[in-house]
Amino acid sequence: MIRSEILREIAPIIRDHLVVCNIGLPSQELHMIDDQPTNFYMLGTMGLSSSIGFGLALAQDKPVISIDGDGSVLTNLGTLPTIANNATGNYTLLIIDNGSYGSTGDQPTYAGRKTSLAAVARACGCDNVFEVQAKDLGPVLQEAIDNNEMTILVCKCDSGNIKVPVITMDPVVIRHRFMEAVAK
Amino acid sequence: MNIHRKIADDLVANDVSFVTTVPCKQLAGVIDEIEQRDDIFHIPANKEDEGMGLCAGAFMGGKRPAIIMQNTAIGVTINTLATLTQFYRMPLPMIISYRGELREPVACQVEMAVHTKALLAQMNIPTYHFHWQKDVEEFDNILKYTFMCNKPVAILTDANFWGGYGEQ
Repeated sequence: MIRSEILREIAPIIRDHLVVCNIGLPSQELHMIDDQPTNFYMLGTMGLSSSIGFGLALAQDKPVISIDGDGSVLTNLGTLPTIANNATGNYTLLIIDNGSYGSTGDQPTYAGRKTSLAAVARACGCDNVFEVQAKDLGPVLQEAIDNNEMTILVCKCDSGNIKVPVITMDPVVIRHRFMEAVAK
Repeated sequence: MNIHRKIADDLVANDVSFVTTVPCKQLAGVIDEIEQRDDIFHIPANKEDEGMGLCAGAFMGGKRPAIIMQNTAIGVTINTLATLTQFYRMPLPMIISYRGELREPVACQVEMAVHTKALLAQMNIPTYHFHWQKDVEEFDNILKYTFMCNKPVAILTDANFWGGYGEQ
């Protein structure tokens, strides 16, 4: 399975929750598959999906899912100790790990070679870290959202992209719509 | 006047309840003060752009955020300021230790100090410079201004303001 197939499969699970989605193709794919006011699309700022989602989870009580990528987490590895040491039960970090920088032409990342992001997360102090294969993700993600423990999911999948349009929505509209959904 | 207490008091009075920090020697006192306040959630960050991501999320979650960092972080956060904080129009008071200014003993700090105001100006970031302790009296107004205009705003605080490098 590739990332867009995963997003299509988990769309019904995350639809009613607050989602912070990674820059580039992941946001474009989620926007095309199932645009929701509860989705915050990153139009720039590679690496910060986990940080934005975590700040949101700390600031209010609703469940928050950050959809991140292996390349983006490698860009902002400092996020994992921060998350581990300030754990909040309403937060789920979903790292879609296809071993490549998908949005830039599928150049390989180190996570696709010797580096295990699940092992890194555990070493940083994260307690509930699960590496799952893409076909098994749905029930594991549902459980992570439903339980009251912060969870880090590393979803191993194939690299590959589909053709998607860019998001033309104004960033202030994305942010305002999202904040209204948060406050509802 | 205790400037650490005054800064924390003004943050609380302006409903700033989520503060992320990356330390600097000059900022040790104010970070200690923030850590002790029950009304402020203090979350240390490992890098300043990470901290700005946390602040963006906290703002969207209904909290007023602030970041405390060194001016060297301007070199780290230009992209985040442009593509997150400014692009999505989010307020962010940035309390910045202005290393490399008068009374600075470390020569390398001057190398970023000479670029600091130019970079902030290039980014169209409203910038204030606290040099005397009485300058802190403006802090309350700066916070109100920041949350009025939904922009990142820089408050540069030099060694003279903090009472000299290593003497605080």
